[in-house]
Parts: sequence; C-alpha cells; structure tokens
Amino acid sequence: MINTLFILILALLTAGFIAAFIRLVRGPYLPDRVVALDLISILVMGFIVVYAVRFNQAAYLDVAIILALITFLGTVAFAYYLERRA
Amino acid sequence: MAREIVVMSLFLVGAFLMFLAGLGLLRMPDLFLRMSATSKAGSLGAGLVLLGAVVFFQDWGITARALATIVFLFLTAPVAAHMIGRAAYFDGVPLWKGTVRDDLRGHYKLSTHRLETQATPPDDKESIDAVVQRIDDH
Repeated sequence: MINTLFILILALLTAGFIAAFIRLVRGPYLPDRVVALDLISILVMGFIVVYAVRFNQAAYLDVAIILALITFLGTVAFAYYLERRA
Repeated sequence: MAREIVVMSLFLVGAFLMFLAGLGLLRMPDLFLRMSATSKAGSLGAGLVLLGAVVFFQDWGITARALATIVFLFLTAPVAAHMIGRAAYFDGVPLWKGTVRDDLRGHYKLSTHRLETQATPPDDKESIDAVVQRIDDH
C-alpha cells in the first residue's frame, strides 16, 4: 500500500518533470527556459525529500536546502544577465 | 499509522501541485501566465512535501531545517519570478494575443529601465475600439 503510494507520488513528480523538460527544449524564448530550469530544480527538491522519507535518511534533507539556496542564486543571475542584454 | 496517513496525504497533494505546475508551464500560452503557474503551485507543492518530511521524522533539528527551507522558498520564489518577469518584459517577450490589459505599456523607459508614473503619450492607452476588435478577432 505504502509502496504503491510512493510510486504514485514519484510518477506525479516525473510527469511534472517531463512537462518542464519539454518546455525547456521548446523555448521559445530564453526566459521560458529559465523558468523551466527553476521549476525543474524545485521538482528535484521534491524528489530528494520523498526519497529521504522513503529510505528514512534524514541527511538527504540538507541536499534539498542547499538546492533551494543555489536555485535562487542561479535564477537571479539569469535575470540579471537577461536584463543587461535587453 | 496515523502518521503515515498524514505524511502520505501531504506528499500526494504536494506532488499533485508540483505536477500542476509542470502542466501549467507546458500548456499556458505566454511566459507571464506560465510563471504564474510555476511560482505559485511549485512553491506550495514543495512546501507541502517538506511539511510531510517534518511530520515523518518528528525531530527538532529536522523540523527547524525544513521550516527554514519553507520560509526561504516562500520568500525567494516571488522575488525570482519578479526579476525574470521584469527582465523578460524588457527583453520584449510578447504577451498572449488574448491579453486585454497591459498596465506597464509606456510606463517603462527602455533606455534607463526606470518605472515612470507618467506614461509616454503615443502608446499610452490602446483605444477601446482596438481592444474590442482584438477580442472579436480572438
């Protein structure tokens, strides 16, 4: 039962990941791709947290924290260079 | 057992919201609508998944870290979305053809990237006829 639910949760996350990846490939503009990368890293955070609970490894949560920090910096850097280009 | 039910419900709702964010990113018609889907549904979904971890581990250190992550996410997601939206607006990313209102039109000085209260006269407002025409076309 629990295992089935975990598979369902991971399937939902994977579906979101695939949708974001299609948008990343298709574009059509650079900001679209930046937003897609942002969402992908949030989805990866979700994956990591679900895996931490599934295998009872609290240490994995630290990875999620660092990922949240780095993602914000990356997005701000992208926005900065986009605005300089405009 | 009760703990598992709470954790699984939080995970399911959070994962579903993140899936909706991905779907919105794929299906919405222009960048600004896409951003509205990802920044809201995405951060709420991630927050719910982290809350699930809090309920599962029931440890003060983990609770503090997870709550700090949630607060950080909710503080930074709007800032990041605003910065990308601003940069994209300057970059000339087109709005959806069904858009009826663009309050920023004419208010941004493209040379300095400053927001001006006084709109520059020529394209201050679209005439109401043009808007009606565009809705009809759509």
